[in-house]
Amino acid sequence: MKQPYERPTIRKLTAGALNKFGPRAGARPVTALDGVLVEELVARFGSPLFVLSERQLRRSYQAAMRAFGTRYPQVQLAWSYKTNYLNAVCRTFHQEGAWAEVVSGMELEKALLNGVPGPHILFNGPGKRRSDLERACAVGAVIHLDNADELHLLLDVAAGRAVRPRVALRVNLDAGIVPQWDRFGFNLENGEAWQALGRIVASGKLELVGLHCHIGTYVLQAAAYGAAAAKLAALALRCQRELHTTIQYLDLGGGFPSTNTLKGAYLPATDTVPSLDEYAEAIAGALLGAGFGSGELPVLVLEAGRALVDDAGSLIGTVLANKRLADGRRATILDFGVNLLFTSFWYDHHISPTREFSNQTEPTVLYGPLCMNIDMLRESIALPLLAPGDTVVVHKVGAYNMSQWQQFINLRPNVVMLDQAGQVHLIRAAETLAYLQQLEQVPPHLRA
Amino acid sequence: MKLKKNIATSESGFIFNPATGDSFSANPLAADILARVKDGQDAAAIKADILEHYDVAPGQLEKDWDDLLAQLREFNLLD
Repeated sequence: MKQPYERPTIRKLTAGALNKFGPRAGARPVTALDGVLVEELVARFGSPLFVLSERQLRRSYQAAMRAFGTRYPQVQLAWSYKTNYLNAVCRTFHQEGAWAEVVSGMELEKALLNGVPGPHILFNGPGKRRSDLERACAVGAVIHLDNADELHLLLDVAAGRAVRPRVALRVNLDAGIVPQWDRFGFNLENGEAWQALGRIVASGKLELVGLHCHIGTYVLQAAAYGAAAAKLAALALRCQRELHTTIQYLDLGGGFPSTNTLKGAYLPATDTVPSLDEYAEAIAGALLGAGFGSGELPVLVLEAGRALVDDAGSLIGTVLANKRLADGRRATILDFGVNLLFTSFWYDHHISPTREFSNQTEPTVLYGPLCMNIDMLRESIALPLLAPGDTVVVHKVGAYNMSQWQQFINLRPNVVMLDQAGQVHLIRAAETLAYLQQLEQVPPHLRA
Repeated sequence: MKLKKNIATSESGFIFNPATGDSFSANPLAADILARVKDGQDAAAIKADILEHYDVAPGQLEKDWDDLLAQLREFNLLD
């Protein structure tokens, strides 16, 4: 019997500062996802392939509810549709009890088709059209007002309606983080938010039910949420006192990080990202100490996206080729690129081989298959000596990739969900050329 | 393939270039190939032996052989 082969390779030894932190060197193989063999998944559904774990989706949701629900009496999660609006994902969260947080007319319709009642849809976003507002009013969705033009447009839409549209005000504020996000909503510190609240109540045409803020994305300072919660709570109390309007809910938005490591980070995110408990502690502490009367605590709404779905997604891909670059670095070309893994612009994704290798690794540049210079997945990653045909798994890709992916050069692949019983379900079929071309029209003079 | 005369190699795969101070680590097959090259075996004989003893197709071995040469050249270990 012949010995297993591993291609001959040489690695230059470099002396550097020792670091006792960080993950175990070398890549551990991941042969199965939720008990289903990667090899089987590729044989049935091809490569590349997105895989979602229903078990992990539910686990993440329940962990978030536990973190906040054990610290504050009334908590409601609203699933952030833009993070991943595949219906199977949305419906899993809705089954768990999540409302929908949408940011466009298209997402609003998706939520309705997923069976979410209008009053359980929070309509955010800075670019609502008149038709969007009319539709939101018709189905009773809560409109989160972003700017003065939108407020006046909604007042116009609301005129003559029997039922006053329910609204919340989007507020941007200084929560102590830099840069301060001020593009969404009305500013608190310069008085703009208070002026808008006064106009809403004085109009008599809208029912003010909530206050909202979204302080950023992948925010690593839990204390910033505490500061934001305290300011929103103070604003709600002022509404009660001076406008005689009870704010039913405070929406602290999303922005909670996952454990993907940001590019340029010195330590892995698993070592540095605060747990959801820390965020919950900061927010609940601020709200409980804000001075609401007994029985008057507003509902705490959270629009978590990334923190709920990132861990549940994996991307299986295949090595197409290896090559050596001009400076001697090894490069590996995979069958997926930034067209599918949009988040590789932000993260140094963790990538595992799917079979056993020796301990030998080589610093490798990972490229996708696109004929574009930007199509680089990792600038340098220590991987075993992968050969064409070997598969890899990219971990924690559930957030944004399946909504921000691009149909560019290659078609988008199958997406499957592994249910809690280990069954595999196709939840989005791979695109075809016919699908791609069905909306195109060729002018008559070009048909011959 | 001809290694520079002053390059030191060991069975464990450690390679040292005393002229530059650079050191390298070879995986077991690369270490074996370098040892045979130092012994004066020619490329064809080494490759034939690898094909006989390892589970590898000739085409794959040729690609990997060229890649090994590229690495040795890049690291300035060849004459």
